Amino acid sequence: MTDAGVQKPKVGLFVTCLVDAMRPNIGFASLKLLEAAGCDVYVPEAQTCCGQPAFNSGDDATTRAIAKQIIENFEQYDYVVVPSGSCASMIRTHYSDVFGADDPLAERQTALSAKTWEILSFLSDVMQYQPQDVQYDGVATYHDSCSGLRDLGVHDQPRQMLAEVSGLKLAALKDNDACCGFGGTFCVKYPDISNAIVTDKAQNIADTGADTLLAGDLGCLMNMAGKLSRDRHKVKAYHTVEVLAGMADDGGICGDGG
Amino acid sequence: MIQTSDRFKEHVARALTDTNLKVALNRTTSLLQTRRKQVVEEYAEYDEARKRAQAIKDHTLKHMAHYLEMFEENATAQGAIVHWAKTPDEARRIVADICVKAEAKTATRVKSMLGEEIGIADALKDAGVERIETDLAEHIIQLAEDPPSHIVMPAMHKTHEQVATLFDDKHGVAPDSHDIPDLVASARRELRQKFLSADVGISGANFLIAETGAIVTVTNEGNSELTCTPPKVHIVTAGIEKIIPGMDHASVFLRLLARAAIGAEITQYTTFYNGPKRDGDADGPEQYHIVLVDNHRTDMLGSDLQPMLRCIRCGACMNHCPVYAAVGGHAYGAVYPGPMGSVLTPALSSLEAAKDLPNACTLNGRCKEVCPVNIPLPDMLRNLRARQWDAKLVSPVAKTALGGWGYLAQRPKLYHLVVGLTVHGMRAWAFGRNRIKRMPFAGGWVKHRDLPRPEKGSFMQQYNASKHGIGRRS
Repeated sequence: MTDAGVQKPKVGLFVTCLVDAMRPNIGFASLKLLEAAGCDVYVPEAQTCCGQPAFNSGDDATTRAIAKQIIENFEQYDYVVVPSGSCASMIRTHYSDVFGADDPLAERQTALSAKTWEILSFLSDVMQYQPQDVQYDGVATYHDSCSGLRDLGVHDQPRQMLAEVSGLKLAALKDNDACCGFGGTFCVKYPDISNAIVTDKAQNIADTGADTLLAGDLGCLMNMAGKLSRDRHKVKAYHTVEVLAGMADDGGICGDGG
Repeated sequence: MIQTSDRFKEHVARALTDTNLKVALNRTTSLLQTRRKQVVEEYAEYDEARKRAQAIKDHTLKHMAHYLEMFEENATAQGAIVHWAKTPDEARRIVADICVKAEAKTATRVKSMLGEEIGIADALKDAGVERIETDLAEHIIQLAEDPPSHIVMPAMHKTHEQVATLFDDKHGVAPDSHDIPDLVASARRELRQKFLSADVGISGANFLIAETGAIVTVTNEGNSELTCTPPKVHIVTAGIEKIIPGMDHASVFLRLLARAAIGAEITQYTTFYNGPKRDGDADGPEQYHIVLVDNHRTDMLGSDLQPMLRCIRCGACMNHCPVYAAVGGHAYGAVYPGPMGSVLTPALSSLEAAKDLPNACTLNGRCKEVCPVNIPLPDMLRNLRARQWDAKLVSPVAKTALGGWGYLAQRPKLYHLVVGLTVHGMRAWAFGRNRIKRMPFAGGWVKHRDLPRPEKGSFMQQYNASKHGIGRRS
């Protein structure tokens, strides 16, 4: 994408704790897309989690300690890119909630937050990247994960990039902007309410007739895919970057295997 | 009503098995969502109006005492008797005293959440006054002896089929049929005479207008006019946060309220009441009382909960809340359900009495998005969790689990080792299958959903291996 003479942006890839443990393929797809878009990608080893479970449980002290670690490990890069709207928003939007204006790290936190991006909006809005020669044969429906949509304005970018994938058709999802019921710790604290919500979501997905479900957050995807699988709906679930990178070939999350 | 928010989980378990409730909630919330979206899209100045509404409320809250005093002065000049109540108890006593002095036997009532908040039904009972709910939905729940389950549509938990059976059973003359128009006609037949013979009429107020001393009610059934005009005494009960400076400001809110609440451009009836019957007036009450209630609102002023005082009680947040749509309003065990209730209930009672409410939320943010006065409900719910954490109200199990995870997350090397082992363990546990259907310590998850079998090795393990020439990057 970029000319040889132009300095490539240095990108720190924060894969997120869920991708690290449950679906590394999303991390490798992110790496591939960022490199294809012309970035120098670095994967700091001292990355664990963004701190969201602590933050959403009200534990501000632990959140700050984890956030400090992220700042120290990622502030050297031009951008921090995250394959999750929820974790990206945690860093970009919510870190300031635990670093008061008088905090000695406030300035470094503000700087880090400002250069943190969710991957699809980064590829599209910052790198002006469009996928080329990517094939995926299927009909997909797209779920807008809440934090990406409402905190970061991720809506058009994935759709525009997916439109470039040959063989792929998109089917509109009813209530595409309604929560899937994941909610991080919510789904284990209130499993039955979460189940009621994801039951409706799985039915809406099945009703589209699509063979593939796409979204931009592994938490939501595991929730929806896990429910679709339990209810015996044959829908393959992938993170959008897996399709865009041409790496959606293993049957998907909770799928039958490649 | 007696607050039972501490039994939230019990209420939820019951709600989730109630098939009628699911039908009722699905019908109404999806209709309200569709209608709201349409009228908001058609209102070109919506974003501007929303910003203006927020600014008006913020300004008024900042100068609350000034505008309340202005309201009292102007309302009094118009012939109103203004009462101040610090607590629900005081408010109930004031209402009961007025009824007793008026020798009232019956009182008609227009739905008002503040009335529920202060327990007006009990006040009337104490004063020996028969209470007649005139709002159709309130009439339904009075017959069913249910508390309200929604702040705008208090009978949202009932299907029209259930209402038909209820009316057959309780109305003097049964409805002509179970069609909705006949049910409405039956309620009208039941209520009409009572409207005209009531001794006292009790209403809330959607807005209190400082510069004129007027109060505003907004309804769709005309029951406010029939409640507030024929009886010889009209009592208004209102929370002090209902104050706005002037008529121009009222018009901004009226445009937003009906759109947010019911997806209509305007409600059928919007009435400004200003004083009792004057010489030469054809009708109107002889006495006109306004009871202004604090009940912890001044405690919220200046705190991080102040934005909640912007609330105009439209109910849009609950109409768009996935948790509310799944469990209904009664599960919250409080006067105010849904997202706004989950913020307000701890503020009006205590953090401890409403422990679950701020937590039973996915923080999806849709409530804030549809709020006509842009209340940051998810942020406020999150802040209440932080207050609970600081007050040591978090369960020991959750605290230990989170503590262990937090310890690891701050030690990357150890963390990666543990994640690697966990991934390995989960793969072994999957016994070669692609999905995990049962797993210790993941009961909340696998009760309802499958877990994917993780890949061979965490991302970090695979990435580090690839740097040494093995693995997937090569």
